[in-house]
Amino acid sequence: MSAEIHYISEPHPVSGITNSKLGVWLFLASEVMLFGGLFSAYIMLRTGVPDWPRGHELLNVPLATLNTIILITSSVTMVLAWASLELKNIFKFRLYMTITILLSFCFLVVKSFEYAHKFEMHHFPSTSNFYAIYFVLTGLHGLHVIGGIIVNTYLLLPGSKMWKTNPEQFTGRVEAAGLYWHFVDLVWIFLFPALYLL
Amino acid sequence: MSGHSEEEVKKQVTLYIRVFFALMCLTVITVAISYLHMPILWAVAVALFIACIKGSLVAAFFMHLSTEKKIILAILLLAAIFFFVLLSFPSWHLA
Repeated sequence: MSAEIHYISEPHPVSGITNSKLGVWLFLASEVMLFGGLFSAYIMLRTGVPDWPRGHELLNVPLATLNTIILITSSVTMVLAWASLELKNIFKFRLYMTITILLSFCFLVVKSFEYAHKFEMHHFPSTSNFYAIYFVLTGLHGLHVIGGIIVNTYLLLPGSKMWKTNPEQFTGRVEAAGLYWHFVDLVWIFLFPALYLL
Repeated sequence: MSGHSEEEVKKQVTLYIRVFFALMCLTVITVAISYLHMPILWAVAVALFIACIKGSLVAAFFMHLSTEKKIILAILLLAAIFFFVLLSFPSWHLA
């Protein structure tokens, strides 16, 4: 019996999409539920008390704005990396993927400055409900960024060998990683105003 | 999205750059509006509205949802329904 996974590069006749893409989207749907549950918790905590601090009074808006710009830029370079493969240009793919990974590290460095400042001021998750939900949401998002860095680095270095043997499958892998990365960007697009600006 | 002609992909690249600038402009607008210190309800409405536009741009163009098969939209719709059910659970308890 063959252990080969079918419909990785060509669409499945029933779904009309590749199995890998279907798998990634199902995973992203579960991620919607994960972050959705925490967003619900945030809304309930916030609406359940008469007084809730405005984000800009406690958090660093300029740093978070910088991180928003960094993450949006990395999303563009990620999609350009995939487009480069569609144009059969592996050199440009490597360039855009490297920029994406570097920007991801920049995001984490900025975030670590922000966290370090909070800890210096003795603001911990146990300090208040605001800090509890702030650290949980941004921490979980940060873990997703780390996950994206690991996958993207694999695709840039050892994983890119597949370009020579099976370019179509490799392009599909990069597209799947891109979908995940854009989702991470999308979560931040909602986290940023919810936590920092409101 | 694989298997597109070179010309189609180049057109998409132009589109991605435009979306990028739109996202940057919307980020600047979101931050600028936050400095107006509007009443909280207005601030939430405006911030959510802009975030929804930005999120839609990312999903539609970067994630190719505007041209994807309906099965993916169905999966996301299901996730959205479950999300709103989850969100409304505490309200039922309070009621």
